[in-house]
Amino acid sequence: MNTQEKVLDVKGLKVSFFTDDGEVPAVDDIDFYVRKGEVLGIVGESGCGKSVTSLSVMGLIPSPPGKIVGGSIKLNDEELTKASEKRMRQIRGNDIAMIFQEPMTSLNPLFTIGNQLMDSMLIHKKGNKREAKKRAIDMLKLVGLPRAEELMNDYPHQLSGGMRQRVMIAMAMVCDPKLLIADEPTTALDVTIQAQILKLMKRLNVELNTAIMLITHDLGVVAETCERIVVMYAGKVVETGASIDIFKDPQHPYTRGLIQSVPDMRYKKQRLYSIPGNVPKPGSIKTGCRFADRCEFAFDRCRQEDPPLYHTAEGRSTRCFLFDEKEGAAHDSRATVES
Amino acid sequence: MTAEPLLKVENLKKHFPVRGGILGKEVGSVKAVEGVSFTVHKGETLGIVGESGCGKSTTGRMLLRLIEPTDGKVYFEGQDVTTLSTSEMRKLRRDMQMVFQDPFASLNPRHTVEKILEEPLKVHGIGTPKERKQKVRELLEIVGLSSYHAKRYPHQFSGGQRQRIGIARALMTRPKLIIADEPVSALDVSIQSQVLNLMQDLQKEFQLTYIVIAHDLGVVRHISDRVGVMYLGKMAELADSERLYENPLHPYTQALLSAVPIPDPLFEKESVVLEGDIPSPSNPPSGCTFHTRCPFKMDVCAQKVPELREHESGHYVACHLYTENGSAASQNTQVLEEGKHE
Ligand SMILES: Nc1ncnc2c1ncn2[C@@H]1O[C@H](COP(=O)(O)OP(=O)(O)OP(=O)(O)O)[C@@H](O)[C@H]1O
Ligand SMILES: Nc1ncnc2c1ncn2[C@@H]1O[C@H](COP(=O)(O)OP(=O)(O)O)[C@@H](O)[C@H]1O
Ligand code: SF4
Ligand code: SF4
Ligand SMILES: [Mg+2]
Ligand SMILES: [Mg+2]
Repeated sequence: MNTQEKVLDVKGLKVSFFTDDGEVPAVDDIDFYVRKGEVLGIVGESGCGKSVTSLSVMGLIPSPPGKIVGGSIKLNDEELTKASEKRMRQIRGNDIAMIFQEPMTSLNPLFTIGNQLMDSMLIHKKGNKREAKKRAIDMLKLVGLPRAEELMNDYPHQLSGGMRQRVMIAMAMVCDPKLLIADEPTTALDVTIQAQILKLMKRLNVELNTAIMLITHDLGVVAETCERIVVMYAGKVVETGASIDIFKDPQHPYTRGLIQSVPDMRYKKQRLYSIPGNVPKPGSIKTGCRFADRCEFAFDRCRQEDPPLYHTAEGRSTRCFLFDEKEGAAHDSRATVES
Repeated sequence: MTAEPLLKVENLKKHFPVRGGILGKEVGSVKAVEGVSFTVHKGETLGIVGESGCGKSTTGRMLLRLIEPTDGKVYFEGQDVTTLSTSEMRKLRRDMQMVFQDPFASLNPRHTVEKILEEPLKVHGIGTPKERKQKVRELLEIVGLSSYHAKRYPHQFSGGQRQRIGIARALMTRPKLIIADEPVSALDVSIQSQVLNLMQDLQKEFQLTYIVIAHDLGVVRHISDRVGVMYLGKMAELADSERLYENPLHPYTQALLSAVPIPDPLFEKESVVLEGDIPSPSNPPSGCTFHTRCPFKMDVCAQKVPELREHESGHYVACHLYTENGSAASQNTQVLEEGKHE
């Protein structure tokens, strides 16, 4: 595939927080890309580095204590880790937009919905006030909000959680971004409202051809919305591939365990599989596979060396020594990013 | 089941006053729970599901009178809990314990695990200090922690471990009934299944009866023998878990089940995406409170409240589609016995 098709290309990204306890490597050498117009899912449990990854792309890592200590983030062909703050401000909201789990934290309670929607267009010089107002109303209609004109004058607290998340999406889409990063966009919502929001996001993806990077801990949500998946564990990418392949035949023992741990609403399992132990804190495991303490297949090598990402099949890679002996397995993690 | 139920709840209600104006006068009320009836038999698990604000937690807390009911009865082993004095109620809490969603908020951060677990024994005057400490160590092992954890503080544990402590605390007095309000929703997926398995093991070991309140329909199916679905303070449907999930009768249950994302990209589901938001419980819609979102709404629905009736043996539903008012009028409807007023 040629690089033109990648909206976002992240290679070897390392992000650390420098705290009183020393350097915490929250994101530790991760590679992934987002293709034009696709929905990529990033899954993993709390603390594995999902939000830190998305904040890095947005140039929003709180610094200090955080710092991108290595790697590259390319938006089309522009290197973002070297971009000035001024340039990042242009990119945010314009080329890349982000929505968060709790819409209330990103909506300003003191300004009307209309003001906030128009602001971002005016900042990015997308037309005059009248045009901005018209587009704001159009966007509210596009995300399926009733009585859009009146809503322009409402304040965030007057809306329900689901409506606020729609407003956030309208705000994110208002400048027609190439990439929308959605960090747990439905986690705070009820399941019937979640279904509405996911349907809306899929529709916008198809109609406006916006690429979406959907971050979630919910395997059901990824299975239903994403074409491709990146599974993260303790700051590392442990498996990537097409959603269909990963759910049918998960390769990494962590992915396998995770999928088997979820109660399936369609039928009753006698007993759930459970991965023993706890989710490790970043930096607590210094050598070897991050999953070794919880892995039923762990062998000596797993505790001594860091497994690289092995290219295991067309479009798939897995960070596990079990895939080392396979035919044609690439040992260099760089070689696994298809190009 | 013919045996006397362990718990019997009749027409339970909770109206929270809404105050307004400078004088703080009562200007209305939130009908958090609006006439809920069900029974729980010894050794079974009743799951209660529903979306945020439908009254699940309020119901659970009223059973223990952590919230005082506005109306209705709660019988535990035949005894009316709602009329007990404070001290009698405290005694009864030995048999009825609660496990909370947020294990951190529910554990005192300044107390060691030992002190936290000993507390319920002290309150009920159980054992000597030495016996109590012994029991704490025993229970820590039972819930999958180690006795050396006794001297640690809650912040030194992970979320899953804290929930194990919460469960151990509930078990200290060897209760008969445990009401668990969202016991796994704050936990990571890989930790959720550990805690669910632990709860099932403990149920067998100590012949526990559970009421599990949760919004995750997969979790509820997994753990429950019977399931009740709540909407806006009412029970919309109540049935055996298998039957409810395989053959949901209430349009809300059908929509709720179809909204759950399935972790299988090849699964093609029929999805009924409900329009609109959940109405406010301070101003619920007339008649069937679901009529503002129901795809099968009929004229009668906005006018008449559908009673919870037994449609098939053990399968209760509150919907006009299953009464003589509806099109799918059924022959075998009986007013839910527990719902009747003497
Ligand atoms: N102390 C209170 N005063 C006023 N209203 C209350 C109070 N406690 C709960 N409510 C209201 O009662 C309704 C039911 O609340 P409850 O906490 O039982 O819901 P729930 O089903 O447990 O929801 P969740 O899934 O969000 O935990 C809600 O509308 C809530 O806002
Ligand atoms: N501002 C910060 N200061 C110190 N550590 C942080 C900060 N933000 C995140 N981290 C650490 O980075 C790790 C990854 O966090 P995050 O990306 O938020 O996880 P998640 O996958 O749940 O989104 C966590 O262990 C967290 O403790
Ligand atoms: S590398 Fe070893 S410990 Fe890590 S997942 Fe593979 S088998 Fe398990
Ligand atoms: S009573 Fe009417 S509105 Fe209510 S669920 Fe049944 S059909 Fe729908
Ligand atoms: Mg996060
Ligand atoms: Mg609750």
